[in-house]
Amino acid sequence: MKVNRSIEEINSKIKSGKAVVLTAEEIIGVVEEKGTVKAAEEVDVVTTGTFGPMCSSGVFLNLGHPQPRMKLGEVYLNDVAAYAGIAAVDLYLGATALPLTDPTNLKYPGDFIYGGGHVIEDLVAGKDIRLEATSYGTDCYPLKKIETSFRLDEINEAILYNPRNAYQNYNVAVNLGEKTIYTYMGILKPNLGNANYSSAGQLSPLFNDPLLKTIGMGTRIFLGGGIGYVAWHGTQHNPSARRDQNGLPEGPAATLALTGDLKQMQPRWLRGLSYLGYGATMQVGVGIPIPILNEEIMGYCAVRDEDIKAPVVDYEKGYPQRESGNLGLVTYAELKSGSITVDGKKVPTASLSSYAGAREIAATLKEWIGTGEFTLTEPAINLPSADAGISLKPMPRRDPDNGEGKL
Amino acid sequence: MIKQKIVLRFPPHIVEQPTIYHLIKDFDLMVNILRADINPKKEGRLMMELSGSEANYQRAVEWLNEQGLQILNLEQQIIWRSDLCTHCGACTVICPTEALMFERPEMKVHFAEEKCIVCELCLRACPARAMETLVENANFQ
Repeated sequence: MKVNRSIEEINSKIKSGKAVVLTAEEIIGVVEEKGTVKAAEEVDVVTTGTFGPMCSSGVFLNLGHPQPRMKLGEVYLNDVAAYAGIAAVDLYLGATALPLTDPTNLKYPGDFIYGGGHVIEDLVAGKDIRLEATSYGTDCYPLKKIETSFRLDEINEAILYNPRNAYQNYNVAVNLGEKTIYTYMGILKPNLGNANYSSAGQLSPLFNDPLLKTIGMGTRIFLGGGIGYVAWHGTQHNPSARRDQNGLPEGPAATLALTGDLKQMQPRWLRGLSYLGYGATMQVGVGIPIPILNEEIMGYCAVRDEDIKAPVVDYEKGYPQRESGNLGLVTYAELKSGSITVDGKKVPTASLSSYAGAREIAATLKEWIGTGEFTLTEPAINLPSADAGISLKPMPRRDPDNGEGKL
Repeated sequence: MIKQKIVLRFPPHIVEQPTIYHLIKDFDLMVNILRADINPKKEGRLMMELSGSEANYQRAVEWLNEQGLQILNLEQQIIWRSDLCTHCGACTVICPTEALMFERPEMKVHFAEEKCIVCELCLRACPARAMETLVENANFQ
């Protein structure tokens, strides 16, 4: 390598206010003009961002002990079910959890107007959260029923822990069927009526470090408007998915588990969402800084929408029935232009991930680093990458009472 | 010439009157009905575009008022809450008239009220529920 820079050197430049930081959008033109070596010499950090729906998100809470004490059993926060199968007043509230009273899809397509993601947004906004819980009572935890309310600043801990965020690439969803369908990829009109995608493309964190050479466990990031960390690789992490010659995956690949203190986050970047006919979820703002350690890393950060391809997948039959194959690859430049061509037909496109939000996150992170308040971290360990030989397993299905017997 | 998009609200006792016939025959107006519905309380809602001479249009408005119909501006029926919009763009492929559209290269949602026909599809298509309608419209959903 012609350029060799350590995280330590970058941090001392950040602290003295001399670090050169550009967003993943801004860096594209610089690399095109100057080449990767010159650009790597001049730029210390590239910031990325994404602001999309991320179902695998949630928060661990410790509510403090009531008097008398209670081991929370069945728990509802603003009527939304939380998981209490851990210690007495510890809970996990997931973004897609629903109130018991939600009619779901009984009145199809269901509205899913309020769920776990909305509770988290309200909690971060400092609103009162209604707690209703029951329990069986023990000698040490005698209370069997409680109704109260609390606010974020009144509880001990609120730790956002998202098992799967920041998907490296995703499907472009279409509907080959005759009827409108309602999916986690939005409303899909029949006969290729629209194509929905969900990635920030060239600004997305894992497209700027496709082989996870800098992002690892412990990487400090922008999460939900505050500071967070990469906790682990995400669930369904599939880094060995098919990649092109630049290391860019041609479908859903690597994922990250992210965590951080909810108390310093902002409701603007943790938004409860209602997907018609599908469910409730949460839109999560994530931004990851990429340290420019050498010209190779700089080369990755110069990735452009026209270089990144995503598979077009039918969500009427192909996805739900787990059929393999797709309807072809399209680039994010095509997707962002407003239409793509599938089977010779011009199909209008829409995004579920906010590119404007991704831009703002990358710019915010750039500002934080520029003012010296945000320094970079060395990963504690690297995450499994393309060479890990990981392949995604389907759920085993067999007669549970008869060992290997088939259903 | 005048061209105006309006909403007519019919109280239950005149919902069965041939109001549109009179607008055409007595006032020589061109009527383009965008949407019409009646709620369980038998109140009617009619969204349409009227065009004709300025004088005839004004006379028609007076006559409609005399009949006890409420005339509302169509453009204010659907409200885009820009403070709630996350600018994802999911609404833009659902809106049938491109009233909700994606501005490039800003990559932001823009709501052109004048193109809205109050179909209300956006209300439930928006994951962040940033599209709202007037409270009284909810009776017609």
